Amino acid sequence: MPPLESIFRDYSRSDAEHSDRSAGDRARHRQKVRESIRENIADIIAEESIIGKDRDRVIKVPLRGIKEYRFIYGENAPGAGQGDGETRPGQVVGKTGKEGQGKGDGQAGDRPGIDYYETDVTLDELIEIMFEDLELPNLERRALRQIPSDRAFKRKGYRHVGIRIRLDKRRTARQRVMRILAARHRHANERALEDAARALEDAELNELDTDTVAEDEERERRFPFHQDDLRYRHVETDTKEESNAVVMCIMDTSGSMDTMKKYLARSFFFMLYQFIATRYRNVEIVFIAHHTEAREVTEEEFFHKGEAGGTFISSGYLKALEIINERYHPSLWNIYAFHCSDGDNFDSDNPAALKSAKELSEVCNLFGYGEIKPLGSRYYESSMLNVFRRLEAPNFHSVLIERKEDIWPSFKAFLAKDRIKEAQ
Amino acid sequence: MANYELKDLVEWDARVREKVAEFGLDCYTQEFELCDHFGMLGYMAYSGMPSHYPHWSYGKSYEKLKTLYDHGVSGLPYEMVINSDPAIAYLMRDNTLLLQILTIAHVYGHNDFFKNNFTYRTTRASLTIELFKAHALRVRRYAEDPSIGIEKIEHVLDAAHALSWQCRRNLAIRKLSHSEQLERLVDAAHPKPDPFHRIHARAEVHEPDIRKVPIEPDDDLLLFIRDHNPFLAEWEKDLLTIVDEEAKYFLPMMETKIMNEGWASYWHKRILESLELEQGLHLEFIVRHNQVVRPIPGQINPYYLGFKVWEDIHRRHTNPTPEEIKRDGAPTKSGDAKIFEVRETERDSSFLRRFLTEELMREMDLFKYEARGDDLVVDKVSDEEGWREVKETLIRNVGAGSIPVIRVEDADFGQNRTLYLKHAHDGRDLQLEYAEKTLAYVGRLWGREVVLETTLQGKRSLLCYNERGFSMRALK
Repeated sequence: MPPLESIFRDYSRSDAEHSDRSAGDRARHRQKVRESIRENIADIIAEESIIGKDRDRVIKVPLRGIKEYRFIYGENAPGAGQGDGETRPGQVVGKTGKEGQGKGDGQAGDRPGIDYYETDVTLDELIEIMFEDLELPNLERRALRQIPSDRAFKRKGYRHVGIRIRLDKRRTARQRVMRILAARHRHANERALEDAARALEDAELNELDTDTVAEDEERERRFPFHQDDLRYRHVETDTKEESNAVVMCIMDTSGSMDTMKKYLARSFFFMLYQFIATRYRNVEIVFIAHHTEAREVTEEEFFHKGEAGGTFISSGYLKALEIINERYHPSLWNIYAFHCSDGDNFDSDNPAALKSAKELSEVCNLFGYGEIKPLGSRYYESSMLNVFRRLEAPNFHSVLIERKEDIWPSFKAFLAKDRIKEAQ
Repeated sequence: MANYELKDLVEWDARVREKVAEFGLDCYTQEFELCDHFGMLGYMAYSGMPSHYPHWSYGKSYEKLKTLYDHGVSGLPYEMVINSDPAIAYLMRDNTLLLQILTIAHVYGHNDFFKNNFTYRTTRASLTIELFKAHALRVRRYAEDPSIGIEKIEHVLDAAHALSWQCRRNLAIRKLSHSEQLERLVDAAHPKPDPFHRIHARAEVHEPDIRKVPIEPDDDLLLFIRDHNPFLAEWEKDLLTIVDEEAKYFLPMMETKIMNEGWASYWHKRILESLELEQGLHLEFIVRHNQVVRPIPGQINPYYLGFKVWEDIHRRHTNPTPEEIKRDGAPTKSGDAKIFEVRETERDSSFLRRFLTEELMREMDLFKYEARGDDLVVDKVSDEEGWREVKETLIRNVGAGSIPVIRVEDADFGQNRTLYLKHAHDGRDLQLEYAEKTLAYVGRLWGREVVLETTLQGKRSLLCYNERGFSMRALK
């Protein structure tokens, strides 16, 4: 047997830094993760945890699309393990889907070999992906109504002329220095020539004056600013369109709105707000809670305070109109209003509700009504959907939400109705 | 940060090598490369190969490893050795001197095992690096080909990866060629010579179907599809070849995990004990060794199990108890001779079957568990009544035993070019969701309907995948 040999290769920093060979595969994997999230976005946003959270929050998203499937054994496959010396039959050693399984690689999995996989994304990323998924080409192309607002003082380069106050001293001084250097260079080359010329001139004129010499020297020493040195900051008035939008969340908080219904409403408002926030620079949000009368409330109160009593839907709409009149004039604001209710309105209020809804849809870009009826309850309760069917406004949309899976499709349908008023 | 320099390692390595030669280990030339944790993560994601074809799943595995490492869920291995000639080992440069010495000794254990265990004969160690490089080169070329591109490659590779372990288990057994199979078929069909044929009724002769494809059920799913789907492009066939070759390269490692880790641990212990380490290093050695070779309750630690069995084999041949002599007879070989023989001729399943004794199982408190509802409940322990069943369960779960055996029965089922697969059911049902998705991958590669016969909850069932999607029905 020949003697055993060995070779050592020391760690080399540059090698290690250049050897990020998994970069390509990682990028491709991330791309697939994103695709997978997009495919399952409806499930993910229907999860309660993302509603009402701030945008930097990290959420765990289960990935279904990029599992690596193989033929594996299922649950009835027994396994073997090692105990601490005291193991007795009947003892519970673990959970299906947790440790205690034959595969000792320490990864959580549903069952051995099951590729359970989830990733972290920030809410912000998710919202971005969410709107990529919206795929509403009409909406994308339509410029949302923007109101021009002058944002002055946007710098744009330098000019030779301008007003005094915008003189850029630093650049001006620099120009002068450049000119000095250029002049010196020229002098060195041309002085001899010039001197000769001047001598000739002097001889001809024979009129040598001591004053001129002094002036000459003075000119050498001083090097004044010239018109060409001056540099002014150029400022353009930025006429970028400013856009304001207000989201009016109107919700029925009467006794019949239980937690589940509020949760569905909340999901819808959340998405609406997030969507509007991506489209407009300045977005405000107004919460109006109503039962038989309406109040403007804080977000906290809006979702968490239950009230008792009957329902006058018209009260909510009138309150919204009032607020719009006071604070959000339609010529300056894009108004998105959405109302969630379980549709259990007093019959006597229906004509008034219809009338105020009509008025509201006239001032809004988009006005929607979502009737929340958890599955099965719609047969014995009254519905406003029938009432609003008579409302003929192109930017009005009513949806029926029965369970959380409905939120995403109805949201898409709602946005498709967005009407853009001509800029005034 | 590290308490050594490269020259220290070289010196210690020379001392370890002396011992390696003294003990009679037979190794390939060994290359060591020091790397940091990024390098190690990268090598781990690509199974240690210096070059490997790209696929997103390796990016996924890198991210997963990195996340687990960053969050402290799992540490990194001290080393990683690849089966090639010369053998290549990566050492974590942040490890302490003692860990490096221990790792170097451990690496020689693996090296010896790769060179001598019979399952590795088929891996052609001297060509390993070149093989993987060639694979990478070919896949990259297809990716750059404007008529192919990465998307199409992934379409094939995703499916091929899903089926890569559906191959022959024991590569030392030669696969019969088509003509040999045919010969066997015809031979079997001939009536047996009967000396009393005059008085016996003539045996009925069944004419064999010599046109059936395959003649004998075929284990190599990828290769079968490659050879029998006429609509695959050459590059697609090549990708299937690549995936199959790689799986067969790694199969021996899967099949000898317990033996291999146990063997390396056994030798690092013996080598380090013989090095006469100074006290400080010796104490650290004891701590580290016990960390590596420790029971993990509820699981099977291959290092521990393998180590215990190797030690036990050695002990039974050098210092048997009177009961053992009474039961097995006096040992005919020395302990060393025996373990060297075993390391050559066994793999995990046979190793455990032959050398895991009832006493050892009891000492290690091995048990069998089953799922009941959401809980995993101990079903049998290693007592007089249960140990055989525990052992059987363990053996079934080692190596490729945890992968269902699925064979191609017929490539033209119902004269319809339907691929008929059959799961060799051994009491363990397939996981249905995974079976469904994986069958779709078979369908993707086969291009026509595929059916899989299996048994689900005691009922023979047929899973089908065709252009209408997945369906399932019970068989009579």
